[in-house]
Parts: sequence; C-alpha cells; structure tokens
Amino acid sequence: MQVPPSAGMDTFPQLLIRNAREWGDRPAYREKDLGIWQSWTWREVLGEVRKLSLGLKSLGCKEGDKVAVIGANRPHLYWVFAAVQALGGIPIPVYSDSVAEEIAYVLGHAEVRFAVVEDQEQVDKLLEMSEKLPLLEHIIYEDPKGLRDYDHTSLHRYLSVQEAGQTLLDNDEKLADDWFDAVSVGKSEDIAVILYTSGTTGRPKGVMLTFNNLVVAVQNANKFDNLDENADTVAYLPMAWVGDHVFSYAQCLTAGYCVNCPEGPETVSIDRKEIAPTYMFAPPRVFEGMLTHITVRMEDAGKMKKKLFDYFLNYANQVGERILNGEKVSLFERIKYAVGEFCVYGPLKNEMGFSRVRVAYTAGEAIGPEIFKFYRSIGLNLKQLYGQTESSVFITSQPDGQIYADTVGVPMPDVEVKIAESGEVMYRSPGAFLGYYKNDEATKDTKTEDGWVHTGDAGMFLENGHLKIIDRAKDVGKLTDGSMFAPKYIENKLKFFPNIKEAVTFGNERDYVCAFVNIDLVAVGNWAERNNIAYASYQELAAHPDVYKTIQSHVDQVNKDLSEEPMMAGAQIKRFLVLHKELDPDDGELTRTQKVRRNFVADRYAPLIEAFYAGETSKHVVTEVTFEDGRQGTIEATVEIRDMDTHSTKAMSATREAAE
Amino acid sequence: MTVMDPTLEEVKKRAEEREVLLDLENVSLSFGGVKAITNISFNIKKGEIRAIIGPNGAGKTSMLNVINGFYQPQEGVITFNGEKRKSMKPHLAVSQGIARTFQNVALFKGMSTLDNIMAGRATRMKRNMFWQMLYWGPAQQEEIEHRKKVEEIIDFLEIQHIRRTPVGTLPYGLQKRVELARALAMEPELLLLDEPMAGMNLEEKEDMSRFILDVNDQLGTTIALIEHDMGVVMDLSDRVVVLDYGRKIADGVPEEVQSNPEVIDAYLGVSH
Repeated sequence: MQVPPSAGMDTFPQLLIRNAREWGDRPAYREKDLGIWQSWTWREVLGEVRKLSLGLKSLGCKEGDKVAVIGANRPHLYWVFAAVQALGGIPIPVYSDSVAEEIAYVLGHAEVRFAVVEDQEQVDKLLEMSEKLPLLEHIIYEDPKGLRDYDHTSLHRYLSVQEAGQTLLDNDEKLADDWFDAVSVGKSEDIAVILYTSGTTGRPKGVMLTFNNLVVAVQNANKFDNLDENADTVAYLPMAWVGDHVFSYAQCLTAGYCVNCPEGPETVSIDRKEIAPTYMFAPPRVFEGMLTHITVRMEDAGKMKKKLFDYFLNYANQVGERILNGEKVSLFERIKYAVGEFCVYGPLKNEMGFSRVRVAYTAGEAIGPEIFKFYRSIGLNLKQLYGQTESSVFITSQPDGQIYADTVGVPMPDVEVKIAESGEVMYRSPGAFLGYYKNDEATKDTKTEDGWVHTGDAGMFLENGHLKIIDRAKDVGKLTDGSMFAPKYIENKLKFFPNIKEAVTFGNERDYVCAFVNIDLVAVGNWAERNNIAYASYQELAAHPDVYKTIQSHVDQVNKDLSEEPMMAGAQIKRFLVLHKELDPDDGELTRTQKVRRNFVADRYAPLIEAFYAGETSKHVVTEVTFEDGRQGTIEATVEIRDMDTHSTKAMSATREAAE
Repeated sequence: MTVMDPTLEEVKKRAEEREVLLDLENVSLSFGGVKAITNISFNIKKGEIRAIIGPNGAGKTSMLNVINGFYQPQEGVITFNGEKRKSMKPHLAVSQGIARTFQNVALFKGMSTLDNIMAGRATRMKRNMFWQMLYWGPAQQEEIEHRKKVEEIIDFLEIQHIRRTPVGTLPYGLQKRVELARALAMEPELLLLDEPMAGMNLEEKEDMSRFILDVNDQLGTTIALIEHDMGVVMDLSDRVVVLDYGRKIADGVPEEVQSNPEVIDAYLGVSH
C-alpha cells in the first residue's frame, strides 16, 4: 500500500498515516487468538482501518454520524475509532457489561445510527432494545459465533464490511486517494469522541472531547514519562472508560507504541505475564488484588521460601524506595538489594508481568499506602495520577522521584490547578472538554466561561506543591456537632485492609458516623479455610462472629488513625455492620467502574441505617438482587450491628484536662 | 427480530424429515438375572438433540454404554450410519464418530486442560511411536495441526483462562466443560452426554445449555443426552425417549412426552 507523504498530525487518522509511514513495520496492535499472539504492524492497521472505513461508508456512514462501539478490548474494535473518525463521524464507546436498558439510553441519547459490537451477547441486547432505538440502522459484529441464523438485513459481519470496502478499493483506484484526502481534511477542533461517564448519580452524561483535547493532553503525558514507539501496554480496562481510550488509543497513536489485547477478561494476568508491558495502568483494586493473591499463595509456600520472601520484602521496605527515588544508598545496601532482586523481587515481578515496566500508574481511587509502598519497594515505578473524563485524563501526576502515597502529584504541563473557596479542585487545561453532548445546562454548571472546570473533588495543596484529594466535594458533610465528615476518606482507610473490599459510611447531619462493611471473599475465605471455619455462602461468612471480631479490630485501627488527625478526629466510626451481600453493579449499587453509588445504597438499605441511629443491635432485612441474566431474587438476613469505642484526640484530651 | 416458537406439527414434521443416524432395534441387556434394558427400540436422527430421561435405575446410562460399545447387548440390532454393528469396543466407537462424557467427571486430574483435550485427539494421530519419540519432524507437524483444532475448541467453549491449569484444581462446572471439550476434540458425529448439568448451579447450567445448543447448531453434531433437569430437557431437545425399569414408556417431541400419563406416573408415582 502506498502511504501518502504527509497528512498532518491533528487527528488520529492522520496520526495513523504518520505511524504507517514512520514505523510501518513495527507492531501496533497484538491480540492473542487461538493461543497465539497475532500482531498487526502500523502499515497493516492502516490497511485494515481503510477497508473498514470504506465498508462503513458504503453502508451509509457519513460525516457527523455517531457510531457506537460495544465490546471487550479487541484490536478490531479500536480500529473502528479511526475508521469512523476518518469519515468525519464520531465513535461512542459503550460499557460492554451494561444491561440492555443502559446501552439503549446511551445509544438513544447519542442518536447512534451504527453500532459495531463484539459478539452475540451485545447483538442480542441491541435487538432486544430495537424498538427504543428507531435511529439505529446497522449492527456490525466481530465474532460470528451463534449469529448464523439471525436475520441479516441490518446485521453485518465485520469481515464482510471490510471485504465490501476492499472490493470498492479494487474496483476504483482513485478511491484510495480520495480516502487519504478526506482524512487530511480533518481538523483538530472536530469532536473526536463522545465518552459517557458512568456517573455515581443520575443518567450518564456524554463528554465531548476534540482531537485537540486528546492530542495535546496526550503529547504532554508522553513527554512527561518519555513514552515513545518502543513502549508496550496491555489493554484490559473497559473501552468506554476514558483511561482506556487514552492509554490504548490516543496515546498509542500519538507515541506510536504497541497495544496488546488479551484473549479475554479472565486471561489478563496470564497474558500480561507473557507480554511484560513497559507502560501500564491499573486501578488500585487490581494492585490490591494481586498483592492479596501473592500473600495468599505465599502462605502455602515452603518454609524456606517463605522465610526468604519475608526477609527480603522486609529489606526492600527499608531501602527499595530510596533506590527507586535515586537517593543516596550505600554500596553494601545496593548489593544486598540486588541479591533480593535475584531471589525474590525479580521472580515476583515476573509472576505479575511487571518485569519490564518503566512506568505504572494507578488512579481513580486512593491507593492504600502499604500497597503503594510494597510495589515501589520491590522496584516497580508505580505512580499516581489524578484526572477525569472531562480533562482527557491528565490533571496532575507524580514526577519520577517525587512520590508520596497520599498525594496525586503536581499539575501536568499546560494544566493550571486551583482550589476554589469551597475547597473544590478546579483546573484549566488544553485537555478540558468541549461540553456535555445535548446538555448545555450541565456544561454551564461544570465549566466556567473562562475555561475553569469544576472537578467536584475536594482537595488541598500540600507544602511540597503536591495536590491531595480528600473526597467528592458534595459528599463532604458535617456531623451535628459540626465536625467535618469526609465519607470516602474514612472508607478508603477501611478499604486499605485486605479483609475489607468495600465500605460505605454515613454521618452527614447525623450525631455520629456509621459504616457498612463488605468483606473480601478471597482474603476472608482463605482465612476461614486456614482456621477450619466452614461456610456455605458469602452471607454466612459475613455474619460469622470471628469475622466480625477481625473487622471490629480494623475499624478500631481506623478510629485510632482518625483520632490523630485534628480535622478528622470528630468523624470516628461509632457503629458498624458487615453487609450480608456484596455490593454489585448489576444491582446498581456500584457504577460500572466499581465506585459506590452512595445515595442509592443509602436508599436501598434505609432500614439498616435507621437501625444504626435507633440504637438497635440487630436488624432483619430482605434485599432484592438481580442475577446476571436479569432475573430478580431476594436475600434475607439478620444483620448484627456493633458499637465501637472512639479514641480521644491528643488535642481534645489536652483541652479536657485543662477544663478539669 | 422475533423467533416464533414452532407449532407441534412443525416440530414433528421437522423430526421426521431427518435421516436416521443410529437405530436400535429390540435391544435387551442383562447382567445375570438383572435385566437392565428390555426390548427397547428407538432411533437417533442426524442433527437432532435427543434426550433420554427416566427415574433412577431406569437404564439410561446402560443405554449410553450400549450405544458406545462398552456393553454388548444380548439381543437386538444396532445400526450406526447405515452399518449393522457386530461386536463392538469403545475405541472402535470413537473411530466411527461416537464420543461421550461421563456422569462423574472422568478427566486426567493431574494434567492440564490443554493436555486433557489433546488426549481426545489421540485416536486421530497417525504417527507411530518412533516419530513421536523423536518429536521433531512429522510428529511435531502433526501435533501442531491437532493443537490448532484443540485451540478452536478452547475458544468455542471459552476456557482460555484455564488452558494451563491442572484440571484437578478446577471447580466442578469447569471440569464438566473440559470434559465436553475433550469429547468434542474427537470431532464426533454423535456425542453422548451423561448428565452434563448434574451438580451445577443455575448459571453454570445456562452456560452449558448454550454450549450444547452451539455445538449442535454450529458444528452440526448430533447429541444424545441424559439429564434430570426437566426444564433443560424440554428446552434443549428435539425428541425425548423415556425409560422406566429398563423399558421404554414414551417417545416423542417434548410436548407429547410431557403430557403422557405414563410418564407422569413414572416420575411422580401412582396413587395407591
């Protein structure tokens, strides 16, 4: 294929052409299929995208059309973005695990005409909702399994769309040039993508990002971490999430690095080990999960191994981070650390697929300081960043060598950050979004006229210039005695314990703070197994007295920590309970990105909250649950509520003494 | 797009139009004085899902054992693919295109999923021991070809994540799926499933049902299954044969069988 000499670098299709020209034979996308890694070079990707783009055009896709993309991380689905953008259309990735109604809402709101989906599951959802989606004309699917007998009048196979495009190319030589010309017309202020935020409250909103937003933000990020075409990353987070769109599409096209797609969601850890990415991103829960997994497995290891493991991890804890930060470390310590690297850290990192990682990011939620320190001490350059969909991800990030577990770093290049009088974090940046799609009111509420965007997060700058996020601004409340109540801040402290998977605290305009706790089935289940505790279900394990005792000790520890912080000391947890069911996105309790929907949970478990403040010690509740196939059922349980002692702060006890 | 449920007549007509794959005529099997199967005749047609149901001890598993040659019936004629069967051994059944899964999972527990499924292709490997010991050359070539087939099955049944896991450590539902994979690796014309959903939870049952339908639909494999979950049987199968105390008491499409008084009696008991 002839790659034209110049096409600008404003839009992603233009960048794709540049990559095909500069790094034509370098791998751009890899996917593990039938057990073997298949790769596509940049030149091949350009060919695939062009075929698809022309095929879509022949189906009637034109400038301004919205095309939904629903499925797991597949190279073929990433190519849809470029193929649609090349035609002047706007791709709209949608969370693939959403139920049919949620998908229908997004597709209806975005006025989608085409949907490119992964498999039968998604096709079924769309067909089920076809009455609500009169504008949806064509569905294109990638995996034909199970779809042979479907009515194919408006249903097309991905390959056959590409073949149609190829046939057109073969018949008309001019078409190729026309396509390249059309691509070079693309402007940086055009809308590149609309990403629907999962939203902890209300309906999802469509965030419109222009090519300029994404390209500039991403170029700065690439410079910040020296990312170039030699990097490798694994794409496994939902495609509809801005993080994945940036890491696996925008950044990949801009820097020219290679994106690797795992076989399926369950094989991610195996595939990551095989690929050994150099650049990676994972939300804190992934890091937590891996650490829990390792700890559990080390319990089963031989004595010798376990000793070696404990000894060297302990040692890493002392010097590992200093070495990583480039501080002064004696030669002896370095040699000893190298021995540890050979015996423990190296194999450990290899097992997790971190052998080649240069930069790893975590974001989205606060990460436990212990977990953060663990990964850094074994030599993984794990950093935190802060961002949101509206900012094309990057707002602040931790520069190499300036890493603090409780901050999210300093503003990225070209980004201005300020703290509003209300304590809310605001920013102004080239990556700041254009507006919400068909929702000017929300846009006005979020983005000021001179370009400052409300993040909705309460935060502060520490003396070292790093930003610290406390909580969602609207969630920060006050107890009746006037002390500050930051629910997430407390919940995160609870969640840092491996036994606690999720926690929800209540206390705004109440007398004291109460907490729901969700146990972590892996960690607690493993503990139960070791202590010969039999249990038949999550519910039974959660209600076990010994489990309660452990959780109680964790809550006590959190109270102790809180008592040491003058601002937070008033918000210690007075009462708690261990919830009888896991919070689940299918029941609407969590968002698709696993964040707690606080108000929804409060409504749903209102009887339990009443019981908290009525002083009851146990409460019988019936909870409706939704199974994976959409059927409804109920869980009944009697939940025990426990009281906690609070710790007095040093400051408070001092005043009390003075009063006496 | 709505798929209309076909009427009873349509279902029957469709069943009749199909070609017979396996025909059993007056088959009887006894162990000493115990009559396991008495004078049973029925057939299995190409491309259908045929369920064999009945209360405990009705002779269902014996029936499957007769079909795949593990038991030799004392009386009766079995015709498979138009050919009358004489003496029969299970490995011959495999080479003729009959594969099965077992009521109690019968996998090699210490071997990985991949190796278990590869074992299913053993009868199709042509190279002799010499070449296989040498490893390089034609045996390796053959291994690669077979591995490709196996990978397709792994993809089909969505078990990529346990490819390298020893099957002994897998949950029961997945072991059942691996067993199905191994049976499919033989590329059978007729697949015998002995209680494929026994001991599964609802979600696993749904998955398994979907896989059975997919196997039938996409690979065109004829399936005979024994199952106790009536919901599954009625939804999946094209025709059902009902056994009780080694005799056939009913045979037909699910709707017919369901309303047959004798079947109801056998399952619920008769009031005395």
